[in-house]
Amino acid sequence: MLAEALFFSAVLFAIGVVGVLTRRNAIIVFMCVELMLNAVNLTFVAFAQSYGAAGQVFVFFVMTVAAAEAAVGLAIIIALFRHRQTVDLQNINLLKG
Amino acid sequence: MIPLLQAAATAGTHPLTGTIAEWVWLVPLLPLLGFVINGALSLASVFHAGPGDPALAHGEAHGVDDGGHGHAAAHDDDAHGATGDDHHPVVRHRFAGVASIVGPGVLILSFLLAAAIFLAMRGAGEMTAPFIQRYFSWMPVGDMHIDAAFQLDQLSMMMTLVVTGVGMLIHLFSVGYMQDDPGYPRFFAYLNLFVFFMLVLVLAGNYPLLFIGWEGVGVCSYLLIGFWFSDKVNSDAGKKAFIVNRIGDVGFLIAMFMMFANMHALDFTGVREGAASLPFGGIVVTTICLFLFLGCAGKSAQIPLYTWLPDAMAGPTPVSALIHAATMVTAGVYLIARTNVLFSMAPVAQLVVVIIGALTAIFAASIGLKQWDIKKVLAYSTVSQLGYMFIGVGSGAYVSGLFHLVTHAFFKALLFLGSGSVIFAMHRAYHHTDNHDDAQDMRNMGGLKQYMPVTFWLMWIATLAIAGIPPFAGFFSKDEILGGLFARAQHSTIASASLFGIPGSGWLYFAYLLGLVAAFMTATYMTRMMIYTFHGPNRTGEKERGHLAEAPWIMTGPLVVLGILSAIGGWLNLPEFAPLGRVGALEHWLDPVVGESTARVMAGAGETSASLEYTLVGVAILIAVGGIALAWTRLKPESLVPKREAAPEEGFEKVLVNKYYVDEIYDKTIVEPVVGVSRGLLWRGIDAGLIDGVGVNGSAYLARFVGWIGSQFQSGQLGTYAWVLVAGVLAVLGAFSIR
Repeated sequence: MLAEALFFSAVLFAIGVVGVLTRRNAIIVFMCVELMLNAVNLTFVAFAQSYGAAGQVFVFFVMTVAAAEAAVGLAIIIALFRHRQTVDLQNINLLKG
Repeated sequence: MIPLLQAAATAGTHPLTGTIAEWVWLVPLLPLLGFVINGALSLASVFHAGPGDPALAHGEAHGVDDGGHGHAAAHDDDAHGATGDDHHPVVRHRFAGVASIVGPGVLILSFLLAAAIFLAMRGAGEMTAPFIQRYFSWMPVGDMHIDAAFQLDQLSMMMTLVVTGVGMLIHLFSVGYMQDDPGYPRFFAYLNLFVFFMLVLVLAGNYPLLFIGWEGVGVCSYLLIGFWFSDKVNSDAGKKAFIVNRIGDVGFLIAMFMMFANMHALDFTGVREGAASLPFGGIVVTTICLFLFLGCAGKSAQIPLYTWLPDAMAGPTPVSALIHAATMVTAGVYLIARTNVLFSMAPVAQLVVVIIGALTAIFAASIGLKQWDIKKVLAYSTVSQLGYMFIGVGSGAYVSGLFHLVTHAFFKALLFLGSGSVIFAMHRAYHHTDNHDDAQDMRNMGGLKQYMPVTFWLMWIATLAIAGIPPFAGFFSKDEILGGLFARAQHSTIASASLFGIPGSGWLYFAYLLGLVAAFMTATYMTRMMIYTFHGPNRTGEKERGHLAEAPWIMTGPLVVLGILSAIGGWLNLPEFAPLGRVGALEHWLDPVVGESTARVMAGAGETSASLEYTLVGVAILIAVGGIALAWTRLKPESLVPKREAAPEEGFEKVLVNKYYVDEIYDKTIVEPVVGVSRGLLWRGIDAGLIDGVGVNGSAYLARFVGWIGSQFQSGQLGTYAWVLVAGVLAVLGAFSIR
């Protein structure tokens, strides 16, 4: 059971990584990040089956942070769109030294 | 104190323990105190470069006249550069009064203390071992232990008396000579500091401490040659003296390194003991002596390093008298006499010293024949007489060299101070009438005897003394040098040695011949100087003539004392053929220091026969009289014209006036190549190219390049950042999994 759960979460994580790396739309990159977080949540739950409830508690923390992050992140994306009329990450390159 | 004395006596300690000799440290310390006080006075007052030094304000006219002489043209009166108006009110330094008490005062105290110590030494009876005072451990490094120690023996006592005695007289003279100089306390500060270092030099108990004094007097010489530093000629002369001396000092240092490597000692007694284990005439001891002599050649102005001394006349005249005639330049003679044990073991090195000394004596004397600047004549005379001293100490006749050192200190100080008094009068006369002629050129003098009779008579005493006319001081000392040289040419360890395949006796006879010719020239150029300065008609100028006058008593007083000493100085060491008093007093006094080495050089040779000795003395007197007679009959001061109307010299005279072009040759062969290499390779190539270009700027370019590479990763593209992040994660994971 554990092996299947881990394999599934690894696949989910990999899909999330590929999405973050390849997509240019900020919303989709954001969703892929969420996918990666949830893949990690799945491993936590799977390991909690054999190592105690601490993993399940951690999932709640992750979900809380993810919710806060979603609120802030989406707000930033909306602000960006208002400002630049686009959410294409190739056009948003102010983040440099 | 009395129980202490008794305890010392019972313990068998040195006879000087508990006497005033324990206070020997105070002898150099008093001038140091004077330096501190005068230096503070000098710093406390604002320097103002107004005119006021006694030989001032003829700089501009002078510089043009002497332009052809290259950088050797340096004179007293180049100071500060004339401002055109000579009639500024004379402004004395506001601390001049204090400085005139402190400056000579410390020297008088120092001399009195030295004299008291001398009396204590006389009272202590026969003193074979030196009296060594250790103050603190200076350099304890590994198995090298160097103490700050003073050594009091007969030789250092003699030198201390000369330095403090002649120094005291010259300090007193300076009170008059420098009275209107704006740098008055500074002058005395430097002069006091010089005496301090000179006393450290002669009292030091080991070579490193001697070297401190040796370098210290060099610094003071530099400071005082460039005393009127606002004129470039003067500061250049100071630099020249300093740099030429460095060449010699390298030799001194190498000699010290070799001494320590071979004898494991640097104190005089240790070297004396360590020398016993070295082979006689071996390569080690010869090399040490030759390197030491290189140091002496620098300090005492011998060929090939003599060129700085004539230029050193740029300093005030009392400085020329004290440093560049009486004391500092004789330090090389002192050093050889101090190292007599080593030199007596190295006949080849002694031959070199004698030959160089003899060549210097005749070479400088011939230049002196045609100089017009009164101080230049005396400067070349000093170089020549130093050559005589080296003939003396080099041939193992240490006492004769040291005897000539003492008598030369008397009569050469007198000659310099007398010339200072002449320059003082000349300058004052020119100052009154706003004339810019050269106050030091003998062509502008003439007939001064009626204006300054005291100086005139005293200068004649000194001239007869240096020419070697009996019974004046120089006769006895010069005759002893030449007689000793002749005796050694007949039979000695030096005569048995050989150099370049020629036997030593041949070299010594040759040196004797050179010495005789140099003596002849000495008599001639000194008489020439006297004739042109004091005899014949006056050429100073109609208006100036009325202002020529004798110097004040503070200047003539020391001259009188030196005149008496120049006249009777020979009594210090009377030869056996002239028993006018105690015979050989100085020889007996110095016997514990140099007696053994002298005997070693003589290798058991007996006295020269009386008839031979009378012949030698007769020849010497004839030569001196002949030199004077030649100058007296041939030179016509009546036909001499003032400097500005004089025609340039022709032929060999021109070569002599230009000092054999040695300065020019040195410029072309040494100075210019060195400057060229320094400028082209060292500055432009290594400093600007390698260090600045590759080192400093290169490292900056490298940092900038690395930074540029790093900046290329910061594109602002989120995708790229994410890729780099993932690549990093994979690399870390990969590194862990490989393990």
